[in-house]
Amino acid sequence: MAEMEVKGGKKGSPRVDLTPMVDLGFLLITFFMFTTTMTKPKAMDIQMPYKDNKTKLTEDEQSKIKESVALTILLSKDHRIYYYEGMGTDPNNPPDVKVTTFQNSGGIRQAIIDKKKKVQSLIAQGALTATDQTTVLIKPDSNCTTKDLIGILDEMTINAIPVYAVVDITPVDQEFIKKTEQANGE
Amino acid sequence: MPKIKMPRKSTHIDMTAMCDVAFLLLTFFMLATKFKPMEPVQVVTPASTSTKVIPTGFIQITLDKDGRVFYNVDNLNAKKGIIEEINKNKKLGLTPLEMQSFVSNTAIGVPFSQLKSYLALTPAQQEAYDKTKAAGIPTDTTGNYETNELAYWITTSRYQLLEQGTKARIAIKADGSAKYPDVQKLIATLGNLKIFRFSFITNSKAVPKGTALSEEQAAAKAAGGK
Repeated sequence: MAEMEVKGGKKGSPRVDLTPMVDLGFLLITFFMFTTTMTKPKAMDIQMPYKDNKTKLTEDEQSKIKESVALTILLSKDHRIYYYEGMGTDPNNPPDVKVTTFQNSGGIRQAIIDKKKKVQSLIAQGALTATDQTTVLIKPDSNCTTKDLIGILDEMTINAIPVYAVVDITPVDQEFIKKTEQANGE
Repeated sequence: MPKIKMPRKSTHIDMTAMCDVAFLLLTFFMLATKFKPMEPVQVVTPASTSTKVIPTGFIQITLDKDGRVFYNVDNLNAKKGIIEEINKNKKLGLTPLEMQSFVSNTAIGVPFSQLKSYLALTPAQQEAYDKTKAAGIPTDTTGNYETNELAYWITTSRYQLLEQGTKARIAIKADGSAKYPDVQKLIATLGNLKIFRFSFITNSKAVPKGTALSEEQAAAKAAGGK
């Protein structure tokens, strides 16, 4: 009889072999570890200059900026960055255009830091007033990528640049890029 | 000499503790996991040092590396209103089923003229279509609603989101290798709609040492720790 068999049967150990359960547990852990995204994407806020088609503010705004506080950055192909001090508005006195990249040391960051120091020393000398702030004009050309734009905007945050703006590139600036490329043998 | 009896040890190890640990970790990962949201196209975003969390209920404009524009609103109720409004104004003649397809779809990347045939596809077919054939939403630098369909989408969405009681926030998810003129089109479209403040979705990156920002953060930390 079945009842008898149970009574007289072998005394099974109360232990259960947990090995398969552990295997399963670790398998699932591995799965979740691989699918999980620990670093969530972040939002980088940007504020574009107010532009109205009816009122042309840009030219007035640009003339308000003093040459000595301005740094113009041109973004171009192959993640190259051209930059010069001032705004390059004086055709008789073309600026000294330098070329650099996004490298960590000696790149565009160094140029921005140098510019900030220069403005501070000018303020200390009394050539500029304390209200003058380092101003960076960012001009992306048609060959640069989103990565360059985000990168340079991030540099503004990293170096705590108080005033900066993304503006359209001018033919004059495109000419600067061309000339520098030629000078570098391209 | 008496023989030393070595006690026989069982080869069995108690697995209970290990099992406990395994399942504890499993629980942690299960709760901590947030699956990557479905994306119409693969987009590799650039990195920035920003630490802001992306707000919910935003309008997401995706720009892939070929310059195609995809559009999505992170609010299902508003999406329903948006498609009804667009169906009515553009006379698309969508069926309720196709409108439901829009609500559950991840992002739209076709012009209005192809919207009906696109929404008639199954979700799997839509996904395949997005990857290869989708043309993206037509965009240019003007605010003309006829040629700049993105502007039309945004205006309709802002209105619908406002009805839902949320203010539209715009997030651009652009591929790092997308060309600047394509980004410029988006910025110009937003500018024409008088939107000058928006966000770029980026990956996070560590703040470089010895810069103004790292010093500022260190100072804030020191002030907070006191």
